[in-house]
Amino acid sequence: MAATDIQKTISAVWRIESARIVGSIARMVGDVGTAEELAQDALVAAVEQWPRDGIPDNPGAWLMTAAKRRAIDHLRRNDLIDRKHVELAHELDLHATHDDTDVDTSIDDDRLRLIFIACHPVVPADGRIALTLRLLGGLTTQEIARAFLATEPAIAQRIVRAKKTLTDANVPFETPGGEAIAERLPAVLEVIYLIFNEGYSATAGEHLLRPELCEEALRLGRMLTQLLPKEAEVAGLAALMELQASRLRARVDAHGAPVLLADQDRSRWDRLLIRRGIVALERAERLVPQRGRYTLQAAIAACHAQALSVEATDWPRIAQLYWELLGIDPSPVIELNRAVAVAMAYGAELGLQIVDQLRDEPALRDYALLAGVRGDLLERLGRHAEARAEFESAAAQSLNEKERELLLARARKQTDKGLSISSV
Amino acid sequence: MRFIVMVKATKDSEAGVMPSQKLLEDMGKYNEELVKAGIMLAGEGLKPSSQGVRVKFSGTKRSVVDGPFAETKELVAGFWIWQVKSLEEAIEWVKRCPNPMLGDSEIEIRPIFEAEDFGENFTPEEREREAKLREQLERKKN
Repeated sequence: MAATDIQKTISAVWRIESARIVGSIARMVGDVGTAEELAQDALVAAVEQWPRDGIPDNPGAWLMTAAKRRAIDHLRRNDLIDRKHVELAHELDLHATHDDTDVDTSIDDDRLRLIFIACHPVVPADGRIALTLRLLGGLTTQEIARAFLATEPAIAQRIVRAKKTLTDANVPFETPGGEAIAERLPAVLEVIYLIFNEGYSATAGEHLLRPELCEEALRLGRMLTQLLPKEAEVAGLAALMELQASRLRARVDAHGAPVLLADQDRSRWDRLLIRRGIVALERAERLVPQRGRYTLQAAIAACHAQALSVEATDWPRIAQLYWELLGIDPSPVIELNRAVAVAMAYGAELGLQIVDQLRDEPALRDYALLAGVRGDLLERLGRHAEARAEFESAAAQSLNEKERELLLARARKQTDKGLSISSV
Repeated sequence: MRFIVMVKATKDSEAGVMPSQKLLEDMGKYNEELVKAGIMLAGEGLKPSSQGVRVKFSGTKRSVVDGPFAETKELVAGFWIWQVKSLEEAIEWVKRCPNPMLGDSEIEIRPIFEAEDFGENFTPEEREREAKLREQLERKKN
């Protein structure tokens, strides 16, 4: 096997096994940061030895054994070793070549512990994302840096800081129990959704899509639905991401410009992901009567996913779902979305009334979408001169060049329409 | 990246011989592992080709041929769709699969076309923009 192929195989094995290994070592040494470093040392050993000696028959067990040896050395060095660990070391030598099947039962717990620790409230927000990708995705610093268009040293520093924070705060390697899960789950879901959105809608950046980040967030979301099968919002988030990802390949045109939902070629939506999303949504809705924010957003996305066209969309239901969502998250952006749905369901006039109440909202002051939506509604009402002014103002506020072009084109269209109407 | 992972048919699978209880259990456990790792999107087992048909195309003519089909080793007995980061990751997962058949067997891994393969999501303009951004990053670093 060529050296590059061996490197790729090592990364693949690492990706599959790293959570299991870091989890086992963390249970030995009691600290995730240290465990991660010891596991990394084992990985370095593999990178050195496998190209020379060949890939072992059971590469996962090899890495686990190598990491455990290093953990025992670490405990000895720090004089932390007690009877229990001596026994463990003994056992390890006896069974070094055997598969770690006993670990199977606790790998779920380890994954859960790792994700709750990576998203622990003491860790700064940017550190949570990097640490989650590192501990649960087995991503290298380089891969994380590439995905976030950041430099490698910057990401490395974030991870080091995050791990140090955890060590200093003495955060134990355990899953929060009972009520604490409910309290800390939103932070975990937020991190996963942030990773997804970083891939899905980099609106102000130069690029529009980072599909690899969407895929990683989806994988984490799917994993979490298995680890916490009774949490409705976990299923809701998975549903939301599946449904949004189903539109990924229709969201950008051949020139890299964004394509609005209404203009997307629906035949290009991914049916497999839509089906998965709807199944997850139904599960979320069965689990609790009161839909949470992710479940509600998934329900809205499902309305779009199941509609054959903009006209065939169940807009009254979408308006109702946004209303429910406002009850949980009273944000002007959601109200603006509701206005669009109301306009589609009950006419532009009603939509415009909602939008007009939002005009003084400070959070929307520099928000291109508000002017864009208002322009759209005015256009539909035949008030072209006002519509044109709104589109021009939206264009001036837009951060995205492609979007700006689109808005200016619509502004120009108003003049033509205005003329043709007055000349009729 | 998505892959279709196909379990090839054998004489036994074509004859409708059911897998042993032990294999069913091992397969169940393996499938659970795939789901828990968050990589499995779909997966199904297929009935023997004796229950299938082929529709042959020749110009404007269509003709239906009933199974079973002769080339057993080229037939598919079951499949998964996985989403993983690389072909190597798919290979490593397949290696962890219990032998899906009673005798010798084979699993074939094939990448599924992605939008990027058609160059639609990553146009030359996009690529140029990204190159520029990287350049800026490099400068910031120095």
